[in-house]
Amino acid sequence: MAGTPLQIERDTTPEPTLSVVDVLVDSLKRWVFSVQDYSLLSARSVRNLFTGPRYFQDTLDQMDDIGVGSLPIVLISGFFIGAVMVLQTGTQFIRFGQAALTGDIVAIALVRELGPTLTGILVAGRCSSGIASELGSMLVTEQVDAMRAMGTDPSRKLVTPRVLATVLMLPLLTALNDFVGLLGGCVASVFSLRLGAVEFWTRAIKALDFADLMQGFTKPMVYGFILATVGCYKGLNVRGGTQGVGRATTQAVVVASVLIIAADLFLTKLALYLGDKLF
Amino acid sequence: MTPAAATATTNAGPAVAFDNVYLGFDEGDILRGVSFSVPARETMVLLGETGTGKTLTLKLAAGLLKPTRGSVSVLGQEVSAMSEKELLQLRERIGFVFQEGALFDSMTVGENVAYRLREEHVKEEEIEPRVQEALQFVELEHTADQLPSELSGGMRRRVSIARALINRPDIVLYDSPTAGLDPITSQTIISLILRLRDVYGVTALLATQRLQDGFALANFCFDKEAQHVVHCDPAKGGRDGQPPAPTRFMVYKDGRIYFEGDPQELLSTKDPYLRRFLV
Repeated sequence: MAGTPLQIERDTTPEPTLSVVDVLVDSLKRWVFSVQDYSLLSARSVRNLFTGPRYFQDTLDQMDDIGVGSLPIVLISGFFIGAVMVLQTGTQFIRFGQAALTGDIVAIALVRELGPTLTGILVAGRCSSGIASELGSMLVTEQVDAMRAMGTDPSRKLVTPRVLATVLMLPLLTALNDFVGLLGGCVASVFSLRLGAVEFWTRAIKALDFADLMQGFTKPMVYGFILATVGCYKGLNVRGGTQGVGRATTQAVVVASVLIIAADLFLTKLALYLGDKLF
Repeated sequence: MTPAAATATTNAGPAVAFDNVYLGFDEGDILRGVSFSVPARETMVLLGETGTGKTLTLKLAAGLLKPTRGSVSVLGQEVSAMSEKELLQLRERIGFVFQEGALFDSMTVGENVAYRLREEHVKEEEIEPRVQEALQFVELEHTADQLPSELSGGMRRRVSIARALINRPDIVLYDSPTAGLDPITSQTIISLILRLRDVYGVTALLATQRLQDGFALANFCFDKEAQHVVHCDPAKGGRDGQPPAPTRFMVYKDGRIYFEGDPQELLSTKDPYLRRFLV
């Protein structure tokens, strides 16, 4: 009954309807703002390295979690990828009587391309999602606000250690992935292609030059920066409680993986250009 | 600003002052023209329906949010105009008790309480006794090595209070500290708030949906000699003859302050909307 304490008054004003153009413009604006926010977060994460306070212990903890924690998946995947590479390329080279070239090609492909990119995507799947879910959970439970209320800059405490740790660890993981990949390839070449192990390794090492190594270990640093900053951005911009955390986790992996693959194109082009000029 | 200068500033004006503050998000303004002030040592109880801006008011006071219009001053400094870096120093004098505690779940209780001291690089030998003192204040000294997930909801709130008071703040902001707790535990929390108010003389803003919490703060005080809570007549004073620290109420409606006054004015109101809170 109207006017009694139990009567709930509701707003009955109809919501305005939006046209398709309004929705598209709104989406475009949101996308532009998110690119801006992501750029600011990334820039701040680098700028924090040059001024205090710095959180060395947090950085070490992240290096352990990201680097050591990703070892099993990187090593196992690397071994099998190397073996598959040898099987696929070796069977083609046998047709031309050039089975001995298998080691050369697999080494170049692994070090230049497959090692960095696949390691980046594997670590993005494991760590970018982990970073997004951890930071997202902290955000929805007000731990990030609590940090700020107690005088800590979340960018310094949460973002910069993760970015630095990933940039430092990914090249090392890539190196191990490459080595184990060649090991897997060697095993496959010995048992499937009947090539000698010594011949395989000798040709693999000789096929690589400095430009290949520069390309192979510069790319992971960029990929590490991408996957860490994407994970941090998605985590710190969660909306919608725990459901939002789940969404952010998935989006972090997808966006980081796509950006890594896109960056690969540009980095490869740049590396080949510089390789010609400098080496 | 040195502590002495800051204290002098506090003595000259209100501890917290809002001047025509507006705050909104995509959905529109939540706070509309909010103006009030809280003198030092006073407790202001913020009441209102869900979504009327009580928590936002606390976050504005802590500088965690910036108003879209108007100004917020805390301890004589305009927090709404300060950068995040400048706010870090002011926040040393503000304690914030979040609704669900917002404890860092990867740290033990002791590490949570010591967090602020470690951020300020206080010597380790000084940290341990101060943490013990803070935990003894909330009667949880035996939980220092436990993780927050091992504690009940009420215990987590108490740890949150210990964490907020570790630096002997001038102002403590409480966001629904008894929400979701049983009546006995709620009384424990209110007793701690009374103790903090009467032992340390803090200024407090307390957002709550429980009217009884506000009246408890108005009608009870902590007896330092007897070390327990006693009933105080605001007119006559407590056991030592001193009046309890003033407590006022502020009721929000539709983002505006609908009522501001002392407990007697609220109790004797004939306004139908306010009467609904007294049911």
